[in-house]
Amino acid sequence: MYYKSRPYRLFYAINIVVLSLVSILCLIPLIHVLALSFSSGVAVETNQVSLWPIGFNLDSYSRTFADGAFLGALMHSVFRVVLGVSIGMLVTILTAYPLSKMDGGALKGGKLIAWYFVFTMLFNGGLIPNYILIQKLHLMDSIWSLVLPGALSIYNMILMLNFFRTIPRELEEASLIDGAGHLTTLFRIYIPVSLPSIATIALFVTVGNWNAWFDGLIYMHKENWPLSTLLQTMISAPDLSQKSVSESEIVNLTERSLRAAKIFIGALPILIVYPFLQRFFVKGIVVGAVKG
Amino acid sequence: MLGRKGILYAMLLPGILLTFIFHYMPMIGLVISFQNFKPWLGITGSEWVGWDNFRTVFQRDDSLQVIWNTLFIACAKIIVNLVVPVVFALLLNEVRQARFKKTIQTLVYLPHFLSWVILGGIVIDILSSKGIVNTVILPTFGIDPILFMADGNWFRFIVIATDSWKEFGFATIVFLAALAGIDPSLYEAAEVDGAGRWKMTWHVTLPALVPIVIVVATLAMGNVLNAGFDQIFNLYNPLVYEKGDIIDTFVYRVGLLSSQFGLATAIGLFKSLIGFIMIISAYQLASRFANYRIF
Repeated sequence: MYYKSRPYRLFYAINIVVLSLVSILCLIPLIHVLALSFSSGVAVETNQVSLWPIGFNLDSYSRTFADGAFLGALMHSVFRVVLGVSIGMLVTILTAYPLSKMDGGALKGGKLIAWYFVFTMLFNGGLIPNYILIQKLHLMDSIWSLVLPGALSIYNMILMLNFFRTIPRELEEASLIDGAGHLTTLFRIYIPVSLPSIATIALFVTVGNWNAWFDGLIYMHKENWPLSTLLQTMISAPDLSQKSVSESEIVNLTERSLRAAKIFIGALPILIVYPFLQRFFVKGIVVGAVKG
Repeated sequence: MLGRKGILYAMLLPGILLTFIFHYMPMIGLVISFQNFKPWLGITGSEWVGWDNFRTVFQRDDSLQVIWNTLFIACAKIIVNLVVPVVFALLLNEVRQARFKKTIQTLVYLPHFLSWVILGGIVIDILSSKGIVNTVILPTFGIDPILFMADGNWFRFIVIATDSWKEFGFATIVFLAALAGIDPSLYEAAEVDGAGRWKMTWHVTLPALVPIVIVVATLAMGNVLNAGFDQIFNLYNPLVYEKGDIIDTFVYRVGLLSSQFGLATAIGLFKSLIGFIMIISAYQLASRFANYRIF
C-alpha cells in the first residue's frame, strides 16, 4: 500500500502539521482581539496582550451594553432576523416547489419562469437605481426596505429546488391518489422530508440577515439601525469623549479594547449558531449543489 | 377555484412579484445613466444627456484608475480563491483520521460566516501602527514597522490575502465533495499498475477535479469587476484611494455622498454589463466543454 512507504509517511506527517498550522492561523486573529477586549487598558497600550487577556476585566463590555443605542440596535437586528427568515423561507419554498416540477411537464413555461429568476443573478440594476426605487416606494426608514429586497435569494431557491427534485416521485403520486392537492403535498410531505435542507438554508438566511449592514446604513435613520450597521460605524469611528468615564474605566478602557469588545459582540451570535450551521450545511449544500 | 395546476402558478406569484419589484424595476431605473438625474424631477422629468455620463467615466482619470483597481483586485482574488482551495482540498483529502479532518474543516469554514464589519475591524486593529504585527511580530524579526493600511500596494496585498483568509476554507467544500465522489476502484486499479500516491494524484485525482474546477471558474468569471464592496468599504481610507478604491465604493461616494446619480449609475451599468457578458460567455464555454447546466 502506498501509505506505508517511507516518503509518503514523511509527507503525511508534514501535511498534518501544515494543515494544523493553517487552521490555527485562521483563528489566531480572532482570539487576539478577544483577548484585547478583556484586557486592561494599560496592558493593551503597552502591547503586552497576545492570546490571553492581561489584567482581566469586563469594563469594555459593561460600557458597550450601557449604551442605549446599542440595545436598541440589538432589538432591531433581532426583529429583522425573525422577519427576514420567516418571509424569506416562505417565499423560497413556495417558489422552489412548483419549479421542481418543470421537467415533468406539470408546469408549462417552467423553464422560462426559471430563467426569469436566474437572470437576476446575472444582471442587476446596481446601487443607485435600487436606492431610488426604495425612495419611490416610500420604504425609506422602514424595516421592509431591509427585508423585502433580498427575501427571495435565487441561489437558495435553486438549492431548495434541486433538493425537492431528489424526493421520489412515488411520494407525490401516493398523496395525489389520496386526493391531496399541491399545497397539502408540499406541507405534509415535501417540507417534513426536507427539514435538514430547510434548516441549512434558514441558518444561512439568519446569518445573512444578521451580518447585513450596508442596507441599514443607506436606508435607515440612525435610531433605527440594526446592530451590524451601528457596529460598522462604531468600529470605523469609535469615540470615548462624549460620556462621563468612571475611575476604573480610565484605567481599563482604551479605544482598542472597547472596539475589540464590540467586534466580539458582533461575532458572538454567529459563533453560537455556527456548530448547528456546520452540522447541517455540508450535507445540505452537497446534496443541493451536486445533484443538480 | 384554482385547478391543481393553477395552484402551482399561484405559489410562484409572491416570488415573481418580489423579483419584479426589487430586481427588474431597478434595471428600468438604469435609464438614469443617460440622464442628468435630479431626485426632485424624477426619471420622467430629468434632462436626457445621451452618452455624456459614459464619456465622463472614460475621460476622468479617477474613474479609469478605479476600473483598473477593480479589475486588478478582482482577478487576483479569482485566481487565489481557486488555487488555494484546490490545494487545501487535496491536502485535506489525504488525511485519513476523520476526526482530525472534521476539526480542520470546522476551523477554516468559520471566517466565511463572519461579516467584513467584524473581520475588517480585526484586520485594521492587528495591522495598525499600534497593532500586534507592528509592535511585536515585526520587531522580533528586526523589521521596521510597515504602514499596511496607508500604503496602496500593501493595501492591495492585504485585501487579497484577507479575502482568501475569509473564503478559502468554505470554497474547499465543493472540491472535497468532488474528491469524495471519485470511484475508489480507480485508485485500486492504479495501485495494481504500481502507481505511487503522486502518480495517483496526477492521473486519477486531478482529472476528476477538472470538471468542478471549470464550473467554479465559470461562475467566478461573472466577478471580474466585483472586487468585494463590503471588504474594501470596511478596510479602506482616503490614503489608499489611489490603489484601493473600486467601482462599487466609487459609485457609493460619487452617487450617494455627492449626489451625481447619473454618473454613478453609468459606472454601475458598465460594471453590470461586463459581468453579464463575462458570465454568459464563460457559461457557453462551460456547457460546451464540461457539460455544465444550471438546472
